[in-house]
Amino acid sequence: MDLYREEILEHWQNPQNFGEIKKADLVIEQANPLCGDEITLFIKLDDNRSAIRDIRFTGSGCAISIASASILSENIKNKTVSVISKITGTDVIKLLGGQIAPARLKCAFLPLEALRRIRV
Amino acid sequence: MDFRKLRADFPILNRRVNGKPLVYLDNAATSQKPQQVLAAMDEYYRRHNANVHRGIHTLSVEATEMYESARNNVATFVGANDPSEIVFVRNATEAINLVAYSWGRLNISKGDEIVLTIAEHHSNFVVWQQLAAENGAILKIIPILDNGELDYLAFKKALTKKTKLVTFFHVSNVLGTINDVCNLTSIIHNLSPKAKILVDGAQAVPHMPVDVSRLGCDLYVFTGHKMLGPTGVGVLWGKRELLESMSPFLFGGEMISKVSVEKTTWNELPWKFEAGTPNIAGVIGLSAAVDYLSKIGVENVRKHEIELTNYALERLSKISEVTVYGSSRGASSGSTQGRSSNNRSGVISFNIGPIHAHDVASILDSEGIAVRSGHHCAQPLVDFLGVSSIARASFYIYNTKEDIDRLVEGILKVKKTFHLESKIIRQNSKIQLKSV
Repeated sequence: MDLYREEILEHWQNPQNFGEIKKADLVIEQANPLCGDEITLFIKLDDNRSAIRDIRFTGSGCAISIASASILSENIKNKTVSVISKITGTDVIKLLGGQIAPARLKCAFLPLEALRRIRV
Repeated sequence: MDFRKLRADFPILNRRVNGKPLVYLDNAATSQKPQQVLAAMDEYYRRHNANVHRGIHTLSVEATEMYESARNNVATFVGANDPSEIVFVRNATEAINLVAYSWGRLNISKGDEIVLTIAEHHSNFVVWQQLAAENGAILKIIPILDNGELDYLAFKKALTKKTKLVTFFHVSNVLGTINDVCNLTSIIHNLSPKAKILVDGAQAVPHMPVDVSRLGCDLYVFTGHKMLGPTGVGVLWGKRELLESMSPFLFGGEMISKVSVEKTTWNELPWKFEAGTPNIAGVIGLSAAVDYLSKIGVENVRKHEIELTNYALERLSKISEVTVYGSSRGASSGSTQGRSSNNRSGVISFNIGPIHAHDVASILDSEGIAVRSGHHCAQPLVDFLGVSSIARASFYIYNTKEDIDRLVEGILKVKKTFHLESKIIRQNSKIQLKSV
C-alpha cells in the first residue's frame, strides 16, 4: 500500500515537532469534523514577525494528516510568512511523496488549511 | 434458506475494487439493490409512467394504482392498520423533520421537555436540539451504558409531567443495540402518559420484523434505501388520530382539497402530507423491495444476521488491539461477556489500537472491502465514547462468512502495515488522545 509506505508511517509514529509551545505567538486550531482529524499549531515568530522561528503541533488524526503536519512543520521552519502563504496543495502532495488518493486529500491538507490562517 | 444464492440477484456484487472482489460491509449506510427492484422501477418508466392522482387517462390511472398499491404493501409490511397512516417522504430524516415541523413546532413550548438518547442519529438529534433552542424547551439526553444498552434508570428519571416528546432509536446505527421498544413505550405511558413517542426505525425495518401497531409508539420512521429500495423514498407512519390533528408540512398541489383566492382546505390523510409530484418510481421500487424481503421472510433475515454477527464477534475477539463498541465491548481484553447477539443487530463498530479509523478504512478499501469510518452521523455518541472516530462494518442479506473472513484478513493487514506489534506504537498512543 504505497500510501502507507515507511516514510509516512515513520512520521506518524514519530512526528517531527510534536508538542506545544508555551507563550506561542500564534495558536491555530484546525479540524475536519467530518472524519475526526484535528490539529493545533503553535507558532513562534521572529522579532520582525515576518518569519517562523519555531513551530509545533498537537492533535489526533489519521496517519496522513499527522504525517503531513510533521513533514510540513519541518519544511516551513525559518521560512517567511509570505513564502509560506504561497504553499499550494500540489506542493503538499509532492512533499508527501505524490500518492494521495482523492478521498484522503482533505486529510493531507489539514495542516495546510491551518497555515493559511496565519495572520501577523 | 441459502442466502448465498441471493447474491446472484445483486449485479453490483460482481464488481472488483482495487483488483479484488468487492466485499460490501457498509449496509448501515445504504443497501445494494436486487434486480427485481431495479426492474420494477424500469418497468414503471417504460410502460406506466404518468403523473398520479390527476387525470382520467389510462396511464395516469395505472400509475396511481401502482403508487397506492405500493402504499398498501408497505402498510401491511410494517403492521399498520390503515394505509392512510403511511406517508411517503424523501427519507427518514425528512420524516422526522415533518414531525418537528407539523407537530413539534406547535406543541412543544417553553419549559416543555424532550427526552432522547445520546446515541441518536443526527437526523433525530439535531432536529430536536434546534426546536428546543427555538422554543425554549429542555432537551434531556439519556446516556448509554458500557454494554451499549440504554441507561434505564436515567431514562425513567427523565420522564416527568412536562415531557412532551420521547424519541429514540429502534436499532443503533453505531452500536447495533436493539432497544426493547415495547418495554420503553409502556414505561413512558406510565410515567409521562401525555408524551408523544417517535421511534427511529431506519436500522430496524430492513433487518427484523416490525409491527408498528404493537410497539406502543405514536410515530415511526424508516427509509427505503437501507432496505434494498432506491434512494429518495422514506416513510412516516403515525397513528391516524395524531396525523389528523397535525398541520401540513409542505404546501402545494396534491395536499389540497379546495383552493380559492381567499383560502384553501386540505386533502385527507395521507395526501395532506404529500405535496407535489411524489417520487413515484421510488415508491414503486420500495414496494418491490418489500416483496423481495417478504419472500425471504424478515425473520429469516434476522436469523442470518445473528449468525454473521456472532461469527464476526467471535473472530474479532481473537484479534488483539481490536476494540468493539456496544455489547461485546472489551473483546480486545479477552473478555467473553456479551458475545451473544440476540440484543444486537448486524452492525459492528470497532477501532484497532491507536490507528485512526480513516486509515483502517483506507487499507480495507485497498483490499476491496467497504466499511465506513468517522462519526456515522452520531457525533454526540462518538464523543461520549471518548474517541475521535470509529470504523464500522454492517451486514445484510447478501453477506457471507467469507466476507467476514476477508474483513478479518484486512484487519490483520492493517495491523501489519502499522507494525502494531512493535513497542514504539504504545508510546505514540498518546498522539491519538483527544485532549492534550
